[in-house]
Amino acid sequence: MNGKKILAWFAFAIGATYFIIPLIGTFIFSMRMRRGELSFDAYRSVFADIQFRETFSYSILMAVLTIVVGMLLVVPTAYWVRLRLPQMRPVVEFITLLPLVIPAIVIVFGYLRLYNSSSFLPFTGSARGTDMLLVFSFMTLSLPYMYRSVDTSMRAIDVRVLTEAAESLGAKWTTIMFQCIFPNVMSGVLSGAFITFAIVIGEFTMPSLLNRPAFGPYLQLIGANKAYEPSALAVIAFAMTWASMGLINLVSRFQKAARARA
Amino acid sequence: MAQPQSLVNRRMVMDWLGIAPFMLFAVLFLILPTLYLVTGAFFNPAGEFTFQNFRDLFQPTIMAAYWISIKVSMASAIGGLLIGFFLAWAITQGGLPGWIRSFVLTFSGVASNFAGVPLAFAFLATLGRTGLLTFILTTYFGFNIYSHGFNLLSFLGLTLTYMYFQIPLMVLIITPALDGLKKEWREAASILGATSFQYWTMVAFPILWPSLMGTFLLLFANAFGAIATAYALTGSSLNIVPIVLYAQIRGDVLHNANLGYAIALGMVIITGVSNFLYIWLRMRAERWQK
Repeated sequence: MNGKKILAWFAFAIGATYFIIPLIGTFIFSMRMRRGELSFDAYRSVFADIQFRETFSYSILMAVLTIVVGMLLVVPTAYWVRLRLPQMRPVVEFITLLPLVIPAIVIVFGYLRLYNSSSFLPFTGSARGTDMLLVFSFMTLSLPYMYRSVDTSMRAIDVRVLTEAAESLGAKWTTIMFQCIFPNVMSGVLSGAFITFAIVIGEFTMPSLLNRPAFGPYLQLIGANKAYEPSALAVIAFAMTWASMGLINLVSRFQKAARARA
Repeated sequence: MAQPQSLVNRRMVMDWLGIAPFMLFAVLFLILPTLYLVTGAFFNPAGEFTFQNFRDLFQPTIMAAYWISIKVSMASAIGGLLIGFFLAWAITQGGLPGWIRSFVLTFSGVASNFAGVPLAFAFLATLGRTGLLTFILTTYFGFNIYSHGFNLLSFLGLTLTYMYFQIPLMVLIITPALDGLKKEWREAASILGATSFQYWTMVAFPILWPSLMGTFLLLFANAFGAIATAYALTGSSLNIVPIVLYAQIRGDVLHNANLGYAIALGMVIITGVSNFLYIWLRMRAERWQK
């Protein structure tokens, strides 16, 4: 064991301590609801809360809509830029990076002023309209990740050859899009979808300022009013993030295996 | 002769129509909202052009908010940079077993996305006034961190919490750069008689510094725009810029809507400048990774 290796283990030990203590602390804290013994009462209380179920299913619905609408926008755009408009590539990539530059709170502030009930697009005038606006705001949040993962997996296929082959067999553009392009970039679509899910499910700023009953604002409310439930919710949220990332790893591994066989 | 001409045009129109939905989305939901705030910052409520909003930014409460935001972002970025670099070095060049490397990278992917309200809960449960670690230190070691000046709802506490997503982000970004350090460079340096210290200061760091600086700027911007963690952690006891802006959007606490736009513009300028520098530095860094 040389000095370098000792130093490396030391670095790992420091990292592990910093990252694991809050997780253990939160987990144990979440089981201390019953006095004097460890129990899962806090989790029972969370799952029994009708508001938990309502806000959680609302956020899942919004996340699914974000993923579906986002992919219908991102995949054809990435495809078209590769096939026909390579000169627009820097512009499109720049736009997909904008949400990292403009803080989420600024974007939603702009929405509130621009799309109020007396504007040319009165999104916030009705609950349905605000839901739509929320989906669009989630799409901007996840745009950098969605575009990146789709574009990366599109790099691995030859869109030009696929398109010409499909066209020479008489395929319409909808057929090309949904039966050629989408299946071939499925791994990118799926990883983009899971990362979107992880980002959007607990998002606080946007639904809170748009006044929609999502999971993020609910978490904040519980944090301000309850003692043990917040740590149970933190454990649940951590498990969900872990599951999303695990699924991304799984998808990319399947993709590699499929390539190796082909 | 006119026939082919119009065909070419139709094809061009088709080409541009292909990205029209995306462009429309970008204009409506990214560019117009931001432009609206940016222009609004230059007008007073009566609609006249003015620089007064920017002069108003210099009132003590708003300046204090910018200052504490910059301090927290700076400190958590530096902390993330140092510890993240140390960790990335350990898993790439420290000779640790391979499973540790993949474990650290996977965990970093998770932890860099574990932010927002739940992260605040985790730190409250651990280091809050009734948190588990606070309790253990007080009961078993007789050391009450709160009577020794620590407070989770403070600059130090917020920095410590932010580092939970800053360190993993640093690990994820810098590991490829460290992998890109070629073995031949180190061998060449040691053949020429360089010590390990000389190798790092004269070979490795000059190559790595664009990546390091760039990542620092990215981490800084990342912390600067974040609000959910701080809001759930401190309520409004620590007034960082996003929290001031949040209060302004909810209830016009500054009694001047256009001043709110100026605060927003200030945020966009700070995160924008650091991100553009980051992108520029990353392009410089990639020269060495080919």
